[in-house]
Amino acid sequence: MLDQNNELIAIRNLYKVFGRKPEQAMTKVKAGVGKDELLAEHDHTLGLKDINLTINKGEIFVIMGLSGSGKSTLIRHFNRLIDPTEGQILVDGVDVMSLGKKDLEQFRRHKMSMVFQRFGLMPHRSVIENVSYGLAVQGVKKKERLEKAAQWLETVGLKGYEEQYPSQLSGGQQQRVGLARALCTDAEILLMDEAFSALDPLIRSEMQDQLIELQDKLHKTIVFITHDLDEALRLGDRIAILKDGELVQVGKPEEILLQPATDYVEAFVKDVNRARALTVETVMQPPVSRITATTIGEALEQMKKLPEDYGYYVNDDGYQGVVLRETLEKAFAEDADAEVDASVWEPLDAISADAVLETVIPETLETEYHLPVVDEDGELQGELSRSALVEVLGDTTTSEAA
Amino acid sequence: MAEKSWLQDFPQMERGDLIAIRKTLDGAYRDFSREFGDTIEAFFDPLLTFLVWFEQLLLQTPWWLVLAVIVGLVWLASRSWKLTAGITVAMLAIGYFGMWDNTMRTLSMITVCTFMAILLGIPIGIIMARSNRAQSVITPVLDVMQTMPAFVYLIPVVMLLGIGKVPGLIAVIIYAIPPVIRLTNLGIRLVDKEVLEAATAYGASSTQRLFGVQLPLAMPTIMAGINQTIMMALAMVVIASMIGVKGLGQPVLKSITNQYFTLGLLNGLAIVALAIMFDRVSQAWAKRSQKHLGGAGHA
Ligand SMILES: Nc1ncnc2c1ncn2[C@@H]1O[C@H](COP(=O)(O)OP(=O)(O)OP(=O)(O)O)[C@@H](O)[C@H]1O
Ligand SMILES: [Mg+2]
Repeated sequence: MLDQNNELIAIRNLYKVFGRKPEQAMTKVKAGVGKDELLAEHDHTLGLKDINLTINKGEIFVIMGLSGSGKSTLIRHFNRLIDPTEGQILVDGVDVMSLGKKDLEQFRRHKMSMVFQRFGLMPHRSVIENVSYGLAVQGVKKKERLEKAAQWLETVGLKGYEEQYPSQLSGGQQQRVGLARALCTDAEILLMDEAFSALDPLIRSEMQDQLIELQDKLHKTIVFITHDLDEALRLGDRIAILKDGELVQVGKPEEILLQPATDYVEAFVKDVNRARALTVETVMQPPVSRITATTIGEALEQMKKLPEDYGYYVNDDGYQGVVLRETLEKAFAEDADAEVDASVWEPLDAISADAVLETVIPETLETEYHLPVVDEDGELQGELSRSALVEVLGDTTTSEAA
Repeated sequence: MAEKSWLQDFPQMERGDLIAIRKTLDGAYRDFSREFGDTIEAFFDPLLTFLVWFEQLLLQTPWWLVLAVIVGLVWLASRSWKLTAGITVAMLAIGYFGMWDNTMRTLSMITVCTFMAILLGIPIGIIMARSNRAQSVITPVLDVMQTMPAFVYLIPVVMLLGIGKVPGLIAVIIYAIPPVIRLTNLGIRLVDKEVLEAATAYGASSTQRLFGVQLPLAMPTIMAGINQTIMMALAMVVIASMIGVKGLGQPVLKSITNQYFTLGLLNGLAIVALAIMFDRVSQAWAKRSQKHLGGAGHA
């Protein structure tokens, strides 16, 4: 996944200090003065400290942290709404800091678009004018931009609201307008600063669904900011955690959950409902108990090497069912050269690698075997034991799992 | 002895010195106005022409036509029957009590002053909003303009340009312009940061931001400033009549010197009627044209 050529945004050694003399304060920061001390003794705020990260084409990259941790500051560096005190910002190989005024405008018009926490809609423009704002700034002809805007409004489910004004819409609807506005410019990168935080939980999860659905179609590169871990786990391909302006950990959701880099991250993820946040794929073991032989004799040979008294039978059509040693031995006594067929294996429903753990808990309780895990094509991918599941859900969710 | 008395009396500058300073300054200014008075007057000539033309237009046009146009404008701007009817009655009364011509003169004066104040004030306000340094320079100037007794700056204006319409106009503008400037600045500074940020993020240039976002969203505040400017201009009209501005101010001035209470009252009421007209109409218009903003434009 972490393909070097796929890298779209790169942040290198980024520092941001707010205050009257940031350069002077920088020397203090580099000497190791912390955020609180810098504020108390030098009257400067440490916004970001030595941030290094890369964001790949087509991924949803979530930046997470508590209030004041510097999330907004960081995302505003991507399109240079904020200038760094020090460091490099590369987008598609272009050093954003090297852009002149005109080039920066062009860059903002075509490369990135942004969705804001409090929507940032223009109250004096109608919904359709808001959606087409990006195109208007680019100088696109009115007819063309309104047509395009109407399409995007329809995509986000707001057809018929074209002539309304933002103040006439609910929060969720307003943020849909914000989303449509961002999509309308066809920019490759979508910056979303706590885009759903101002919405109530139900609308919020609706918007998350809509975003995931859109992303499946559009394959944008999305930088999504949130202070809500559940949202981060739900949306993120990768998650970065910020604390007091420093990057604490970057990784896939399961890495964050299962291998927290610091106590801070651990405390952060402690209350997450892992059964809901993790998929089978992240906790399954490799499929060791695999039986592929065509004759009973060979199958029994394979079985003898397995740790358990059963195995998963796999042929050209993928996973078929579970084979017991007992059954094989019986069949072997009758005819060692007979072909393995449906009479030998027992049906045992496989679970999908993408399934959320919560949904497979009943299955693990029903059988004493490890559950076979298959991908979309029915190929055996791994196996899930009840003990592995219990261990992962462990101390945090035992009560719910029981 | 002199060493002691400074405890009792404020140590003053020598009378002679003070007089010398006054003489030098006044003399210098007088020389300046003699030298450049004509040039400066020529500079304001187009303004005078326009002012005279507009005044003549209001005076020469039959009263019923002017009345119809005023009432029509009031209706268009406010869409309120009550207000329109009230203005009609007030204007009829003004005519009936023989104050029509003076009212027209004042009306033209106010219109031109307001127009000029907006023309100058909004750009200055914009400059102030864009640069903190400009703000810190202009704000004290505005403070002085608003607190300095109006009579004081009548003096240099009169010295420079003599008595008449243009000095009156300039005095009124100086007196009335601060609210437009201040509130344009304030309105732009109060524009919701996130909305402005959104415009920037979509690549709007600073001109696009100014005309597409900042000014429209600051409009309610700017309108409040324009409204105050009009009111101040009306108040100044009486004072400006001292330097020869014709209109409702002159009878008021005459009433003060001759103790004609009724004449003063009637003309005063006519000014009030004009004030109410400008005030209500501009507010109603502002409200109607900004109904979508609903405060959402400001953080
Ligand atoms: N313009 C500014 N001037 C001074 N300090 C600032 C400025 N903007 C941000 N900061 C400081 O930088 C730090 C990070 O702020 P930032 O807005 O990025 O936090 P955040 O993670 O987005 O928080 P939230 O979840 O509340 O939005 C804070 O300590 C804040 O006080
Ligand atoms: Mg923020």
